[in-house]
Amino acid sequence: MKLTGAQIMMKVLKEEGVDTIFGYPGGAVIDIYDELEKTDIRHILVRQEACAVHAADGYARAASRVGVCLVTSGPGATNTVSGIASAYMDSIPVVIFTGQVPTHLIGNDAFQEVDTVGITRPCTKHNYLVKRTEDLARIIKEGFMIAKSGRPGPVLIDIPKNVGATAVDYKPVKKVNLKSYNPTYSPNVKQLHKVVELIKNANKPMIFAGGGVILSGAAKELTELARKTQVPVTTSLMGLGGFPGTDPLWLGMIGMHGTYRANMCSGECDLLIGIGVRFDDRVTGKTDVFAANAKIVHIDIDPTSIRKNIPVTAPVVGDCKITLAKLNQLLNKEDLGDLKKKRKKWFDQIQRWVAKQPLAYKQENIIKPQYVVEMLYKMTKGKAIITTEVGQNQMWAAQYYHFDKPNHFITSGGLGCMGFGLPAAIGAQLACPDKLVVDVAGDGSIQMNIQEMTTAVQCGLPIKIVILNNGYLGMVRQWQQLFFNKCYAATCLDCAPDFVKLAEAYGAEGLRATKPEDVETVLKKGLASKNTVIMDFQVDREECVYPMVPAGAPVTEMLLV
Amino acid sequence: MIEEKHILSILVDNEPGVLSRIAGLFSGRGFNIESLCVAETLDPQVSRVTLVTNGNPPIIEQIEKQLNKLINVIKVHDLTGKEYVKREMALIKVVAKSEHRAEILRTVDIFRCKVVDVSSEHYTIEVTGDEEKMKAILNLLKPMGIKEIARTGMIALFRNSK
Repeated sequence: MKLTGAQIMMKVLKEEGVDTIFGYPGGAVIDIYDELEKTDIRHILVRQEACAVHAADGYARAASRVGVCLVTSGPGATNTVSGIASAYMDSIPVVIFTGQVPTHLIGNDAFQEVDTVGITRPCTKHNYLVKRTEDLARIIKEGFMIAKSGRPGPVLIDIPKNVGATAVDYKPVKKVNLKSYNPTYSPNVKQLHKVVELIKNANKPMIFAGGGVILSGAAKELTELARKTQVPVTTSLMGLGGFPGTDPLWLGMIGMHGTYRANMCSGECDLLIGIGVRFDDRVTGKTDVFAANAKIVHIDIDPTSIRKNIPVTAPVVGDCKITLAKLNQLLNKEDLGDLKKKRKKWFDQIQRWVAKQPLAYKQENIIKPQYVVEMLYKMTKGKAIITTEVGQNQMWAAQYYHFDKPNHFITSGGLGCMGFGLPAAIGAQLACPDKLVVDVAGDGSIQMNIQEMTTAVQCGLPIKIVILNNGYLGMVRQWQQLFFNKCYAATCLDCAPDFVKLAEAYGAEGLRATKPEDVETVLKKGLASKNTVIMDFQVDREECVYPMVPAGAPVTEMLLV
Repeated sequence: MIEEKHILSILVDNEPGVLSRIAGLFSGRGFNIESLCVAETLDPQVSRVTLVTNGNPPIIEQIEKQLNKLINVIKVHDLTGKEYVKREMALIKVVAKSEHRAEILRTVDIFRCKVVDVSSEHYTIEVTGDEEKMKAILNLLKPMGIKEIARTGMIALFRNSK
């Protein structure tokens, strides 16, 4: 059977179970769009290509599936780079199809030509330039396999126009075989026995979990482990929801804006069990004193994460879910003794830290951004999918919305890519049409991709955008406030659009709160609406995110409220 | 921690762009490449990259792990500390004034090199050996005037088949 590259692509996408593609057309992908139109795959037209990747990223996280995007060559491809880099840092499975100029023009500086594979090499898990239509089916199959297996990540497939248009004999590809790619899922049992011993001998243990727990679907196993061994749990930003945020063993998030108790625990603990984490600098602060009194266990599927930033007592390479399940099995055979009694001193110490510095802010007669998130948590009963932009809004969402379930907190963690939240919310809402999806935003970052309001309205998505509007690029301003003598260089947004009118201009609803007593009313009205809604909360302009660990300081040395 | 020289022998898919992935990994992560040698193996689908780098043990561990993470990298061996043979080849174009010709040829003889090209003004000498030998012969030829030099960079193999 003769099929064109574009037809082959549709066949393979269907085989891979793709039902949604985020994209933006252009000359180099016309053939592909022409075929896409004939399928039942839903195409979501974003308004800028980075948003196609952010939306696919949000979709992938909310649905635990591979997100897919399709953009054209040249500027279409270069625009995707921020989205790809963000997905790469957060290990999100996304497959990006880019158009390319025809093969005979490659290297000629043709119209809308860039070296897409060259540009994206360092920010993809892998990428391909397809030179022959005969290779297309195999490459797409490989791409999906690589994106979702091992430590997941974005894979880019660059398709020259003639490769999509040429017809060849099509033979379905049944199996993908990559001799050099073989991620380790099952942990070394010897190492696990070591971990069991370490847990048995620890007096002041803590678990530090991260995005790997969410990606591998190990939240249940993690909860079982923590409860069985009575070990308190903290997570990184990416790990929020991997352990119930309302559990008595929950310490709150760790790191630069972590809770006082979680950060103090890391300094005091004698065993730190890192699970699906990479000991990022925003977590560890000054690395040579991080968890200085602790033996460290590090469980991760990516060997490069282990011993990259900190020395480890017991490294375990393996998938979090499989590893924790095996670890739980081993622990079931052990007599752990009366753990409540054994841990009493440790828990008493933690309680003293909680009492000394609970997560708090000063109530004043002005809307506090933390209050808005607290109310949002209360009114959504903690059940919403929260996406965030980047900066103070992101940290307040992480601190004051307590996530009980995985895949409910979607944020650009590693790259910290402003403009992520709105397109990610679009992706998440399309993946979970019955869920309430809220983008917690700042007045700065929402404007980075505000054009996606059109996409949301066009698709009839009832996304709620909560803008914590302080008229500043708040996080940078906070650093200037604390470390640069209040010289607010370039961070004051004193010229801003009227977000209510802007919402209306996009065909969405706009609401505004200027006083604390408005907050509940606006949230109530906004959350109940079936439309896309922007809620503009005019908050305390100079509020800061606390606790804060200054960059490069030990994580136990925090600036507090 | 002590920085040490390591010779990595890396088997990779013989495909366009693979060298760029390796070079990009080194530059992007601030690792160092001292020399690099790439050629096809007996299997035309596989190439061997011999790469000399330096770093302390944790850096070398990261380099090996990061290389292994590349989809196109099949196998990474660190030869350092194991039994291996290593060689480098150089072509040295040395000024051959009549009063120096005899001495150059004597040196070539002692070092078991070969003169592979002669003109009225120069000899081109082919040298094969390890770094020490390269250094020694270059030191001896320098006073005569070296016009040009081309070196392959180190290649190496385990002594026992692995």
